[in-house]
Amino acid sequence: MEMFAFSEAAGVEDAIRAGAESGTAQQGARVRFVAGGTTLLDLMKLDVERPLAVVDINGLPLDTVTKLTDGRLKIGALVRNSDLAYHPDVRSNYAVLSQALLSGASAQLRNMATTGGNLLQRTRCMYFRNRALPCNKREPGSGCSAIEGENRSLAILGTSAHCIATNPSDMNVALTALGAVIQIEGTAGKREVPIEAFFFEPGDTPERENVLDPGDLVTSVTLPPPPQNCSQVYLKLRDRASYEFALASAAIVASVDNGTFSYIRVALGGVASKPWRSLEAEEQLYDQPVDEASFRRAADAALAGARPQSRNGFKIELAKRCIVHALGVATAS
Amino acid sequence: MTVSPAGSSVPRIEGPLKVSGIATYTSDFNFPGLLYAVPVCATIGSGTIAGLDTSVAGSMPGVQAVYHRANIGRIYRSAPDEGLGTHLDERRPPFEDDVIRYYGQYVAAAVADTYEQAIAAANAVKVTYDAKEPDVRDQLEPEGQPNLDGERGDPDAAFDSAPVKIDQTYSTPVETHNPIELHASVAVWDGQDFTLYETTQGVVNHRDVAAEMLGVPKERVRVISRFLGSGFGGKLFPWPHSFIAAAAARDLNRPVKLVVSRDMMFQNVGHRPRTQQRIRLGAGSDGKLVALMHDSLNHTSILDDYQENCSEATPYSYSTPNFRATSGLARRNVGTPTSMRGPGAVPGLYALESAMDELAIALGIDPVELRLRNEPNKDEGLDLPFSSRHLVECLAVGAKRFGWSGRDPRVGSMRKNGLILGWGVAGCSWIAERFAAQVAVDLRDDGSARVATATQDIGTGTYTVLANVVSEKTGIPANKIEVVLGDTNLPPGPISGGSMVTASVIPAVSQAIESAQQRILMAAIETEGTPFYGLEADALAFSGGIVHRKNEGPERGMAFEKILAKAKARSTSGLGKAEATFGSEDRKFSQHSFGAQFAEVTWQPEIARLRVSRVVTVIDAGRIINPKPARNQIEGSVVMGVGMALLEATEYDARFGAPINNNLADYMVATNADAPQIEVTFLDYPDRVLNDMGARGVGEIGLAGIAAAITAAVYHATGVRVRNLPVRLEELLA
Repeated sequence: MEMFAFSEAAGVEDAIRAGAESGTAQQGARVRFVAGGTTLLDLMKLDVERPLAVVDINGLPLDTVTKLTDGRLKIGALVRNSDLAYHPDVRSNYAVLSQALLSGASAQLRNMATTGGNLLQRTRCMYFRNRALPCNKREPGSGCSAIEGENRSLAILGTSAHCIATNPSDMNVALTALGAVIQIEGTAGKREVPIEAFFFEPGDTPERENVLDPGDLVTSVTLPPPPQNCSQVYLKLRDRASYEFALASAAIVASVDNGTFSYIRVALGGVASKPWRSLEAEEQLYDQPVDEASFRRAADAALAGARPQSRNGFKIELAKRCIVHALGVATAS
Repeated sequence: MTVSPAGSSVPRIEGPLKVSGIATYTSDFNFPGLLYAVPVCATIGSGTIAGLDTSVAGSMPGVQAVYHRANIGRIYRSAPDEGLGTHLDERRPPFEDDVIRYYGQYVAAAVADTYEQAIAAANAVKVTYDAKEPDVRDQLEPEGQPNLDGERGDPDAAFDSAPVKIDQTYSTPVETHNPIELHASVAVWDGQDFTLYETTQGVVNHRDVAAEMLGVPKERVRVISRFLGSGFGGKLFPWPHSFIAAAAARDLNRPVKLVVSRDMMFQNVGHRPRTQQRIRLGAGSDGKLVALMHDSLNHTSILDDYQENCSEATPYSYSTPNFRATSGLARRNVGTPTSMRGPGAVPGLYALESAMDELAIALGIDPVELRLRNEPNKDEGLDLPFSSRHLVECLAVGAKRFGWSGRDPRVGSMRKNGLILGWGVAGCSWIAERFAAQVAVDLRDDGSARVATATQDIGTGTYTVLANVVSEKTGIPANKIEVVLGDTNLPPGPISGGSMVTASVIPAVSQAIESAQQRILMAAIETEGTPFYGLEADALAFSGGIVHRKNEGPERGMAFEKILAKAKARSTSGLGKAEATFGSEDRKFSQHSFGAQFAEVTWQPEIARLRVSRVVTVIDAGRIINPKPARNQIEGSVVMGVGMALLEATEYDARFGAPINNNLADYMVATNADAPQIEVTFLDYPDRVLNDMGARGVGEIGLAGIAAAITAAVYHATGVRVRNLPVRLEELLA
């Protein structure tokens, strides 16, 4: 860990001012906001994050869940994962989000972790976390150690020749299936970004993971009104029963009319460089009969573009089974 | 509180200290002027140090010193030992030369006023290397000719002509102990004497090694380990960080604390080595073994020869006229391996018991029945009778409790609540020996007792078990017995290894109590005002804390504390000494504990989800002194066994030599949610060959056999025989 200056943001504008001093809001940022700290402090101890200034935003008024008049649900960036998971509105109308949150981390971590922090959670790639070894995401141009290394847990979708890191968040997968929108405040004012446009695939700049610029502060996440009569499922597959990131996960939001899919959103976790909405799978399901054959076609379509590495080829079959089973659970009468 | 004899479940006497945070673990010790040391670890797996620049680090805030080969001061080598006398596994002192032989090897250490300053300085040390490609390959080939560990009959010929054969190779990965408490040293030097607060499972051994390596007489070193947040064998012997802290304290003349970080735990403080074991079983169609061969290899470090001894349990497990065991080492660029819970027998029995399961399937014989058919009536390896062996009863009791008779042996044939069930069984065993031990017992004028020995409680319940033993032998309630451990100022006690502490201390406790009681009888006859004044001592007896005439009952006697009071004595102290049986050449019995493991797994192929749902364990470990911590040891072992079977493996990156999953998220141990329903039964047959109470230890046996039972269950559920641990779900996906 390096020496750093610590301050508490007096307000959102104060935080933005402080954040704007950083040359980047991405890897290598000189200024970091800290909320729950469950990712940032961990990475600072590993010297992977070396900010000169840490700005505590826990005092900002961003910790409430509000039902908006148009039916959307607004989740403050500082709402803790456990509070969000057990929020009555989330449990009844956005069950996939509650399930995803509760499948992640441990109770202690969920009590600290925030919505904004989980959204920005960094990869668990072991080479990213080891400062002594090459990693393009941590040290651009140094090379990707994972491609020829220990890559069992890493991505098969949305990767590049420069990075195969997985986005580890469960929450992000559910937010993607729900069509969440991210509210950002920055030096140029406020803007809204749909979650699918928020994250970048690594390409040849894996150090740049999302749309945030210096000074940008995620203030809230909004969820559209829940689709009528839909069922929601989050299924997470992993080696052990608890406290492990997904090897593959699927978030399903589905409505069925007269035996066919009238609404379907499929998002995948644990297999991709970012929370992965599978339009290919959805396309295979719309207006199709609710049966195993449709599920299989959707699963095959979702993984058609997969690029396996030396040790994670099994994730293709695992993710397919995950999709098929989750669709089955979501549509079981 | 009443007397708490052996066999009563006394709750841990130190429990309140632990749950209230009062118990002082090693890193809890703080002293005025304390400094913090943080090592700098090599970032290559093989090569030499080309340059080491401490100029920036040395001038950073709060930094007192940056140590490396040129300025650490003299740290000697401890000469080779016989047995486990003065032992450490990594014998090279820290910074001894510029050669890097494993990733993470200490190359320097920063010492500063605060922990944070020391970390920052350690990070600022610039080290350059001439790197070579490290060798951390999984596949093991023996270096030179393998050792012949045991042989009888003509195993090759018998195997060749056997009607049914199994010839398979099993491997177990590097496993890292990962106790929750990190290794730590707090070294205090007063200009003459060292006081070393250590995370050690052996204060006496640590003192003896430290004295030799620091070049001072033994009496100049005191080692203290009051509480341990577990060790699993990883803390049996000293590791280099201890000598960095001591040398820094000596040089700076200030106390120095060094806490090994979690990532260093994967590099610098040992691990269970990778093993690769070929098992050949030849059997007649009746299931009787005619040949058994066990050829094992394990990796070791470049400088040290660590033998895992995989065939430890093989010669006596089953009856077979033809037998051979060999072992070999393969050198790798890894830190030195060390003992991990059940060293040798745990990986060895995984292989042997897996092969027995495969043989049962090949023969079409129930795996429990196959074991019964091969039960030996003596230890055929040593040609000695067993002191007490009840494996057959363990299997029978376990089968009944598990419901084994309801097993359908066809793969994937059993179902419950929509899940496929798999059932598996394995036998297990562990040595039952004693180390030398000395124990002091004081009987005091307030009716209390104090028992003291320089062994230590590593979390297993030694404090409480000693209170049980003294309570049984003196009639003093456990809550009036003070147990003092973990300090080399006390009479020398055993290392907490080999599950031997309980068995080792009992004879010494008996002797110490007899001696202390004899002195009370002497006081009784020499003190006016006692009813026994002027009698001969041998006319008196001591029963349940009461001194009385032999020809009268204790109801007409006098409590020992009253005699002490009348004699104006605070206490009488007795010292007991007992010899070791471990390593003894002169023995009349084969001494081991036995057990049976029955495991149930559930398998959901549609989501590739494998879980261990139920384990029944039956253990024959002599008389159980305190069932509560004993059960706790077996249950903990079973949970660890779930990790061994399905989760645990330290992965080394082939290019960098780094143990890459060096944290508790990426190195997976079983969580609470992975713990199955566990039922533990103790047979409770006293083994009086070992000591007068017939007690053995239970710290390790529960981990033996469990991985084989689980992998057998996995086969039964899935049809996939996994011979390389851990079982990964990708192997079951096909």
